[in-house]
Amino acid sequence: MSRKISMKQAINEALDLEMSRDPTVILMGEDIVGGTGAPGEKDAWGGVLGVTKGLYGKHGDRLMDTPLSESAYIGAAIGAATCGLRPVAELMFIDFMGVCFDQIFNQAAKFRYMFGGKAETPVVIRGMVGAGFRAAAQHSQMLTPIFTHVPGLKVVCPSNAYDAKGLLIQSIRDNDPVIFCEHKALYGFEMDVPRESYAIPFGEANVLRDGDDVTLVSYGLTVHRAMAAAEILAQEKIEAEVIDLRTLSPIDRDTIIDSVERTGRLVVIDEAHPRCNIATDISAHVCQHAFGALKAGVQMVTAPHTPVPFSPVLEDLYIPSAEAIAAAARRTMGITAADQTVAA
Amino acid sequence: MLNERIKPIVMPKWGLSMSEGKVTGWLKEPGSPISIGDELLEVETDKITNVVEAGESGILRRVLGEPGNIYPVKTLIAVVADPDVPEDDIDAFIASYAAPSGDEDEEDEDAAPRYLFTETAVGTIRYARRGEGAARVLLIHGFGGDLDNWLFNIDALAENATVYALDLPGHGQSTKSLPEASLKGLAAATRAFMEAVSIDKAHLVGHSMGGAVAMTLALEAPDSVASLSLICPAGLGQEINGNYIDGFVSAASRRELKPVVENLFADPGLVSRQMIDDLLKYKRLDGVNDTLRALASAMFDDGTQQDVLAGSIKDTDIPRLVVWGELDRVIPVAHASALDSAARVEVIPNAGHMVQMEASGKVNALLKEQIGRKA
Repeated sequence: MSRKISMKQAINEALDLEMSRDPTVILMGEDIVGGTGAPGEKDAWGGVLGVTKGLYGKHGDRLMDTPLSESAYIGAAIGAATCGLRPVAELMFIDFMGVCFDQIFNQAAKFRYMFGGKAETPVVIRGMVGAGFRAAAQHSQMLTPIFTHVPGLKVVCPSNAYDAKGLLIQSIRDNDPVIFCEHKALYGFEMDVPRESYAIPFGEANVLRDGDDVTLVSYGLTVHRAMAAAEILAQEKIEAEVIDLRTLSPIDRDTIIDSVERTGRLVVIDEAHPRCNIATDISAHVCQHAFGALKAGVQMVTAPHTPVPFSPVLEDLYIPSAEAIAAAARRTMGITAADQTVAA
Repeated sequence: MLNERIKPIVMPKWGLSMSEGKVTGWLKEPGSPISIGDELLEVETDKITNVVEAGESGILRRVLGEPGNIYPVKTLIAVVADPDVPEDDIDAFIASYAAPSGDEDEEDEDAAPRYLFTETAVGTIRYARRGEGAARVLLIHGFGGDLDNWLFNIDALAENATVYALDLPGHGQSTKSLPEASLKGLAAATRAFMEAVSIDKAHLVGHSMGGAVAMTLALEAPDSVASLSLICPAGLGQEINGNYIDGFVSAASRRELKPVVENLFADPGLVSRQMIDDLLKYKRLDGVNDTLRALASAMFDDGTQQDVLAGSIKDTDIPRLVVWGELDRVIPVAHASALDSAARVEVIPNAGHMVQMEASGKVNALLKEQIGRKA
């Protein structure tokens, strides 16, 4: 049975279901219980935005509020994972990875490889990503490319509630370290989600819209911008195919190549900074493996190479817009701004 | 008064989730005479494309739905009327036709068919119920299917019967576990469902594995079965496409599942992205694949049907109809002749295993006839 819930509720439900199914699943993080022992409130916050609210009441001490020391508790979670637990550690804002990055990229990501395949590290590190929340430069970044650069890490970034639940369940059941990136601007976005448990396998992109003229590829919040761009383009008789990557490591290159071989045109949209990001990665791959299919140069629409601005006006400009995506798609069709003016 | 001679053709509603449809093309020209059952136009939804058949006779006086355009369900897309109805009256009819509004949608939610759930001895079963007729009809889907496999049939059959369609355990939105993953287990679950919704006796319509379920139920409880309608059924011979069964169970991605599901249709173009997405959403639910695997190994191990019921069914006096898609790539159409002359056998050309979807008009006519017969 399904019903409409938000992405935040879907994440909460995934954690609840997996904790109920598997006693080795534990939760760690700053304020994930939040306010235990405060007058009249045993479960006051449930995380800085309330994602884990209510879980302490059900699962008790399997949720641990940790000191404000990311290197300590991310390290503890990774160590616990190697010893048989399945910890889900919340990094609150992904931007805080800087404090604990050695634990992630030099320890967790290397164990399976360095111990001859004998060590498994089934840890999930959840963190909020992305701009649009008026949270300024240190709490708004899309740092996915830093994680996809590291072999041994799996990187997930859902765009909706259905995917968030199924991908988080898969992340918890997976035997490797998973970085689970939650776009905070999508927390309130509701859709139909089954009540039951289900796991979405890694490495399968989702095709959200069929089209034969141009392929739009993205992940996270900008998937919705790509869909809005596709609507704008449809008014102009340009049919865009929209692909949501869902997981960035592993990445589903086959679905992208299949689509580009049909459309001959590609626009990749990435909220990360423009240098060495997911868009450049996909663009390079398509140029190397499907160059013959391309009818036009690949277009990339990304955030600019600046910190995320605190000014609301500038922050709104920072995230790739539907109009910018539509303009990039028109460029692949050989339609210039001047053509547009004439048509208008 | 004249309005009774002017008949609207509206965008149909196929299944609970359909809110709009795209007119892909008209199969009749304006001015053509129309008889009931004539194919009028093709409509594409996000799930599937199908033909809209005439429910009225007369002259196709106006075509309003333009090919390529999308219309909400119940939108007036054509007008059929007798030849002597004046043009002005038709224009007036169109002008005054009430387009579906937001308010009406709310009313619809009360009146609209919706999914129902009932607690049975084997767990929660989802089902749909349509119509008010005295005759009871129960639609039983096949392996990996669900009650929406009947979306082009259930409303047509409900014109003069009370029609039920269920999700078997392990399927759709029913309980995902089945105590005995076998044909007997599925037949027992179906009987438990009939008990839970107080059906003493029903015309059973079974598709594929559902056909074998219907036959098993008929053998175990002949008094509760008014007739058997078997659509590309399992249980009439040993052969079955083992690659299809294995492929369906093991496919974990869209890329793997699509070529498998294309085996179900004569026209693989009917397999839409949405159909595959919906199947994957179902297959990903915890427990589903375990149940499917258990059912497959109990019933279709190694591409061989373990339960052949044709001989036993011949010994009963239950009226039976066998309908097969000539191009079935899952169960061979040769099995259609496995029952004796007491069975009416109809092989439908240009249709595959999902013949009740691909040739819904013809299948509905045959089923109505079978249900209307005196048992």
